Amino acid sequence: MTPTYAKRPLQLNDHGQLRHFLSLDGLSNALLTEILDTADSFLEVGNRSVKKVPLLRGKTVCNVFFENSTRTRTTFELAAKRLSADVITLNVSTSSTSKGETLTDTLRNLEAMAADMFVVRHADSGAAHFIAEHVSPDVAVINGGDGRHAHPTQGMLDMLTIRRHKGAFEPLSVAIVGDILHSRVARSNMLALRTLGCRDVRVIGPKTLLPVGLEQYGVRVFTDMNEGLRDVDVVIMLRLQRERMQGGLLPSEGEFYRLYGLTTQRLALAKPDAIVMHPGPINRGVEIESAVADGPHSVILNQVTYGIAIRMAVLSMAMSGQTAQRQIAAEEAK
Amino acid sequence: MNLPDPQRLLADMHQALNTHLRLKRIDTPRFIGIRTGGVWVADALIAARRLDEPLGVLDVSFYRDDFTQNGLHPQVQPSELPFEIEGQHLVLVDDVLMTGRTTRAALNELFDYGRPASVTLVCLLDLNARELPIRPDVVGATLPLSPDQRIKLTGPRPLALELQALAPADH
Repeated sequence: MTPTYAKRPLQLNDHGQLRHFLSLDGLSNALLTEILDTADSFLEVGNRSVKKVPLLRGKTVCNVFFENSTRTRTTFELAAKRLSADVITLNVSTSSTSKGETLTDTLRNLEAMAADMFVVRHADSGAAHFIAEHVSPDVAVINGGDGRHAHPTQGMLDMLTIRRHKGAFEPLSVAIVGDILHSRVARSNMLALRTLGCRDVRVIGPKTLLPVGLEQYGVRVFTDMNEGLRDVDVVIMLRLQRERMQGGLLPSEGEFYRLYGLTTQRLALAKPDAIVMHPGPINRGVEIESAVADGPHSVILNQVTYGIAIRMAVLSMAMSGQTAQRQIAAEEAK
Repeated sequence: MNLPDPQRLLADMHQALNTHLRLKRIDTPRFIGIRTGGVWVADALIAARRLDEPLGVLDVSFYRDDFTQNGLHPQVQPSELPFEIEGQHLVLVDDVLMTGRTTRAALNELFDYGRPASVTLVCLLDLNARELPIRPDVVGATLPLSPDQRIKLTGPRPLALELQALAPADH
């Protein structure tokens, strides 16, 4: 699957700036780099005694979570608060009613609250796009994870982690390991790494957890973990998504750990200074050994800190892009 | 219009700043330059003092009051303050003081780091176009411009002033 550039106009304003953040698909290297640079600046804000800047003062950010999440929800909340926005978080449980209808109704209610920005997480792929298409034109929509499709802020925080620990992307070998099939994180990471020019992206997992058509992301596919890990600079472990796995894909968790679990012994195949990443929550003894998760190569907790900075960058850039679009529209109306 | 030579202004500012600090009994001032031009000016002032003092760098992009009109500056960089702000006597340096809004943003940002004992404002040029009650303590020159003119400091070596004419559509 080549990136569908048809999505681009929805995410960008007429000047090519971000106005929604739905997917990394179709976003340029320059724009991703701008997000990373902006996040670097916000990272410094997190070290101050007052960890707040007045950028989004008076704006309302509405977190709408149709699917459970702790890390993503709280870091989005914290990011919005550090930008001085007012934040409401709604945990909307998904019902079996027609999803289009539920979404539209929820949307009308949220619009009535005069929110300036929605952060949406939904179990259905494409939910954030749907909302961005139907929301009133002044509102920015940020995808906090939709089904198996995309988790673009996780993708960008992973890129920030790699850049801060390893520098330039081009010469790196990066392995993404585990349940690729159900992972929106894997999709966002593959897109981001390719756009940022990483030449060696490897995907490692059992055949049953690898989606078809992976080669089109420009990655190398391995079913043998030991072979795939050889000399990599970065290992991105994915969580075994037990709640999304409906029978038959794996013999047992024990078997998975034996073949694809990241152990100290296996990690020794990677470069001596390799870093280990994981989007969390980690399943110790299922996809990663405790000694690795807590070990010197692990940057898993740094990822959480970087996640706040990335979310601050995306929130402020999308708000800025919406403002610019409003001005463009006003100029044209003259 | 004849533009002044920044080197000559800096020599005068160095003297005026020393006098100011002496009168205020400030022994260890902490220099902070506002990115980008203010950093160059602060750097030059520190060099003239020959005391090897550290230089703080402030990027006020997150504190500007025109975010809702102009959005985020795409080249924002982290502020770097290699010393405590709490209880310190600060010397805040900018290249050109026009409306005073940048100074306001810088003061707001500084107070998020702590409560300084005092802030001295130093500017290379004052364009006499203030929109806020903010005046420099030490200034190189006052240079009123016509509404269609802007002035820009280029540098860092050598520092030079450049007059720019705004296109008619911009104002």
